[in-house]
Amino acid sequence: MTPVIDLQGITKVYGSGDTEVRALDGIDLSIARGDYVAIMGASGSGKSTLMNIVGALDASTEGHYALDGISIDDLDESALSIVRNRKIGFIFQSFNLIPRTSALSNVELPLVYRGVRRKERRERAIAALASVGLADRMHHMPNELSGGQQQRVAVARALVAEPSLLLADEPTGNLDSRSTGDVLDLMGELHDQGRTIVMITHEDDVAAHAGRVVTLVDGRISEDQRNSA
Amino acid sequence: MNVIETVRIGLQGIAANKLRSGLTMLGILIGVASVIVLMAIGNGASVAVTASIESLGTNTLTVRHGTFSGDRDSTRTQFKDLTVDDAVALVDPILAPDVVSATPVVTAATTCTFEGSSYSTSVTGTWPSYFDASNSPIGTGTPLTADDVLNSRRSIVLGQTVIGELFGDVDPLEKTVTCGGVPFTVVGTIEEKGSSGFLDADDVAVAPLSTVQSKLTGYGSLDSILVQASSSETSTAAESEVTSILDQRHGTTSEANRDYQVLNQAALISTVQDTIGIFTVLLGAVAAISLLVGGIGITNIMLVTVTERTREIGIRKAIGARKSAIMTQFLIEAMVLSVIGGGIGVLLALLATRITIADVTPVIVPSSVIGAFVVSVSIGLFFGSYPANRAASLRPIEALRHE
Repeated sequence: MTPVIDLQGITKVYGSGDTEVRALDGIDLSIARGDYVAIMGASGSGKSTLMNIVGALDASTEGHYALDGISIDDLDESALSIVRNRKIGFIFQSFNLIPRTSALSNVELPLVYRGVRRKERRERAIAALASVGLADRMHHMPNELSGGQQQRVAVARALVAEPSLLLADEPTGNLDSRSTGDVLDLMGELHDQGRTIVMITHEDDVAAHAGRVVTLVDGRISEDQRNSA
Repeated sequence: MNVIETVRIGLQGIAANKLRSGLTMLGILIGVASVIVLMAIGNGASVAVTASIESLGTNTLTVRHGTFSGDRDSTRTQFKDLTVDDAVALVDPILAPDVVSATPVVTAATTCTFEGSSYSTSVTGTWPSYFDASNSPIGTGTPLTADDVLNSRRSIVLGQTVIGELFGDVDPLEKTVTCGGVPFTVVGTIEEKGSSGFLDADDVAVAPLSTVQSKLTGYGSLDSILVQASSSETSTAAESEVTSILDQRHGTTSEANRDYQVLNQAALISTVQDTIGIFTVLLGAVAAISLLVGGIGITNIMLVTVTERTREIGIRKAIGARKSAIMTQFLIEAMVLSVIGGGIGVLLALLATRITIADVTPVIVPSSVIGAFVVSVSIGLFFGSYPANRAASLRPIEALRHE
């Protein structure tokens, strides 16, 4: 079976000459469908750079990346937009909901950009909000929701387009411990439903929820181990 | 991603910042409204002046005795009079095919009195063809007749201003009015022609030529000959025919020693229209500058919006918005600003042009309404495209990192 993520020799270099910084230095990583992977590392270890490359937001300097069997090394910007829209659901540390726009409209947005019809879009967005337990909050604006609720809206938005990969960047970084628990439970449920999740974090207890922990040090993979469930 | 969705997202963006959107629209609104209103005022002035000249008859030429130019030929020893024979000679189907009639005119500045009231005006002595040539239709009573002229009857036809001054509400017909000590019987009145600005076309009193010459002016030169051309188009041809006939009769050898002058109403109208046209263009150009400034206002505010919403653009791109979708979203925001601003501007201009400004009733130029609106929409497109392109070209990771 094709892995969802297949990274081979990914290198990312910023700057040149004396100021050259190798943020990633030859990353080989394969993530299978249905896996729940935490990518750990201290600041500056390259995990955010890796997240940008995996999320098709940035291109690597060297190496090959295939997402869900599709090579995305040579895609242009427009094609990358389509890949992000169809294959990846993003969950950000700072929620990144669009302000002054209702929870429902936020969740609908990926489907709007995909060109799904209004009625179907609405039904799917409502279903996604219900699955994160926010059916009663769908007409609220982001600033009327708590941090935990906003992050659950973001999860619903990431889910609604049925992506191959859920990519979470420090999803609990801005949350209190109770909301952290809620969001991590939700990620656990999604994993149980068979979704592939990649989560970037620097907290051990958050990473402990994942089935596999990849640790980065100075742009290289230093450790790759499975948690015993 | 269809157009309606993009328009909806654009409208949401505008609604999110109502004061700023409103002020931006105001720039376009003022520009559009001022273009339309100023053009309408210029056009209105042109229409008013043209109408006032036309009330004298568009196809008439006035041959005046004497010359207005100061540099007379000093070798010229005498000025020939403008005579009734000159007028008769101008109606010549062979030499002057475009001349329909020629009417001799003398004027006498007098004071006319009726019972207690008196009014200073000038009595015009002329022939019956005067009414047709000067575009003065008879309101009540009858015009002068050939009989009146032949018999030097003391008949008079009055304009509305003279009637108002002398008679007030009394019916002037068959009353006797005394002008320059000579009693005249009012036989008819001329319909109101309206006065516009510099000239009162209703301040006239018309009597038979023979009567005025014998009682008031004496038998000197005519003041003028009113020549009626067959149409306003042929008035220029008629002018040269009149000139060549009179040059021959008066022994004129060059333009410098010509002892008469021909005024062409049609030429006067086109000169006046040209002059006003230049001012209208000038006014329109000034207004167009304000439209341009309004357009720059759109660019400015859209740039602010793009900077302010960089993060939002990043989010949209991360979840799969294509460059074209972002571009369209911001272009539509700019377009909506300019379309609504332009639309309100047109409405406001339509209201404003109902007001008479400085004696000029503005007359809307339809092309200026359409033009100003189209330009305001294009301004939205043109001035919105730079910020929209800038938004669309933002790289998602940088946009997401933006605080």
